[in-house]
Amino acid sequence: MNGSAPRARRTPLPYALLIPATVALAVALGYPLVRQVVLSFQDFGLAQQFGRPPEWVGLGNYRELVTDPYLWRVTLRSLVFCLVNAAVTMAIGVGLALLMRHMTSWVRVLLQTGLLLAWAMPVVASLTVWQWLFDTQYGIVNYLLTKLGLDFQGHPWLLEPLSFFFVATVIVVWMSVPFVAFTVYAALTQVSEDLVEAAEIDGASPLQRLRHVVLPAIRPVLLVVGLLQVIWDLRVFTQIFILQQAGGSTRDTNLLGTYIYRLGIGGGKFGMAAAVAIFMLLLTVILTAPYVRAMLKQESED
Amino acid sequence: MSRTPRRSLRIGANVVGVVAFLVAIFPVYWMVNSSFLNRNEIRNPVPTWVPFGGNLDNYRTVFETDQFLNALKISLMVTVLTIVVALAFAFVAAVAVSRFRFRGRMSFIVTLLVIQMIPVEGLFISQYKMLEAMDLLNTVIGLSLVYVSLVLPFTIWTLRGFVTGVPYELEEAAMMDGCSRTQAFFRITFPLLAPGLVATGVFGFIQAWNEFTLALVVMTREDQRTLPLWLSTFTDVNRGTDWGGIMAGSTLIAVPVIVFFLVVQGRMVAGLTSGAVKG
Repeated sequence: MNGSAPRARRTPLPYALLIPATVALAVALGYPLVRQVVLSFQDFGLAQQFGRPPEWVGLGNYRELVTDPYLWRVTLRSLVFCLVNAAVTMAIGVGLALLMRHMTSWVRVLLQTGLLLAWAMPVVASLTVWQWLFDTQYGIVNYLLTKLGLDFQGHPWLLEPLSFFFVATVIVVWMSVPFVAFTVYAALTQVSEDLVEAAEIDGASPLQRLRHVVLPAIRPVLLVVGLLQVIWDLRVFTQIFILQQAGGSTRDTNLLGTYIYRLGIGGGKFGMAAAVAIFMLLLTVILTAPYVRAMLKQESED
Repeated sequence: MSRTPRRSLRIGANVVGVVAFLVAIFPVYWMVNSSFLNRNEIRNPVPTWVPFGGNLDNYRTVFETDQFLNALKISLMVTVLTIVVALAFAFVAAVAVSRFRFRGRMSFIVTLLVIQMIPVEGLFISQYKMLEAMDLLNTVIGLSLVYVSLVLPFTIWTLRGFVTGVPYELEEAAMMDGCSRTQAFFRITFPLLAPGLVATGVFGFIQAWNEFTLALVVMTREDQRTLPLWLSTFTDVNRGTDWGGIMAGSTLIAVPVIVFFLVVQGRMVAGLTSGAVKG
């Protein structure tokens, strides 16, 4: 830290300044977290909603879940969806960022404008537009594919689970690529030109320069952005929920988020839903531990 | 090196750039375009590519439904309340973290980072139960409470960057000239922070304005819907019928967000990086 900050005087002022934020977070996040752990050990269903005291069932909810093949199917589905989406987003986003350096400047500005607009679109508005694009009867996707000579007249995109997830992936990737492309491009502009030129003079091919000079230089950024994608795609909710409203079987398309919602708020099984939510939190912790550790390291080095 | 590979790389990059631009922008264009088309044009097997000769009927339909205006009212109340409270809380917390060294400072920062990783989906069950017990389901206050906790960590984090960006020497100079510490802060540092506060506030506004999941959980009654909830049911009920109206509704919700986003995006990046560099 720069030595100009005030000395560490013994004053209660900073603690007082932290009180409002701490209380708000404790009430709206801390308490629910504790409550949820408690809930996950209770039988809390519709009867309890109507006033019967909840029963302690110990690990009962968890045992029931772990032995339910459906939970594993949803978990596997969520993980596959998450990894596929994160990988496709990263590939396209990083690819665009790398190519941006070689574009004529007006093309680059054009592309950045388009990406910025896609990034700024509210989630729900993007979802309605994409549903309209993929609409069975009047959608432009079916129109264009039919024009190309394929049989897509009246094709229902959301009916089959695989096709449902394809549409969801298109939407998620479309929404996530701008963040990746901009962040990685910003990192690329920091890579020293001299270094790249030196490698060029030493006879390194473009691919070699990419592999041995450029990518290692932006590795920390790639790591953080990639992990953020994994976190965000694991918890994807809105896209799946709204597409489920538009058609398709919820049972075959549930991911962890929508499963928790339908189990708890939809079905009144709050104890079970809490147990799945705890399971999901643990999954997130496992996936994010490396990221948080890296951030901590950076923070303590400052 | 020879010039040809470099030129072909440039041409290839330009082609990819233009195609990616079209893919990125087309849904946005199609939303605006469709919002001006009448029912016959929407249902025509051959799409209408430009809205020339279009009209504002779809927008009129949207404004004529009570639900839209009601949802707009709820959304505005929730976002304004969230932003005012979150900015006030985050501002004092950011000052504490960036202008003081004290025990527990690091743990507070670490806690913020960890909280940002918690998925909403992993907590909404018990948040629902809590608000139910507090009799705050279907209320603006209830939804704002969970929204404040949603935007607070990021808001503190960003403001901390902006506060650190104002050199403490400026305050010291003012104190030499006879200001008290509080005076120095409010006369020197605070005005310099105003742009950062506005940018962070707008960013929080966008988050709360767009949020869907918690609104779905907390606002179960139809007359308490926020705009995203209203829009999602609009598609559901009128499926396959009124795409023009849906696109007009989507455009109305998206335009303020897009404008705000374009205004603050650069500044947010600046604030974030200054925070990251100077800790």
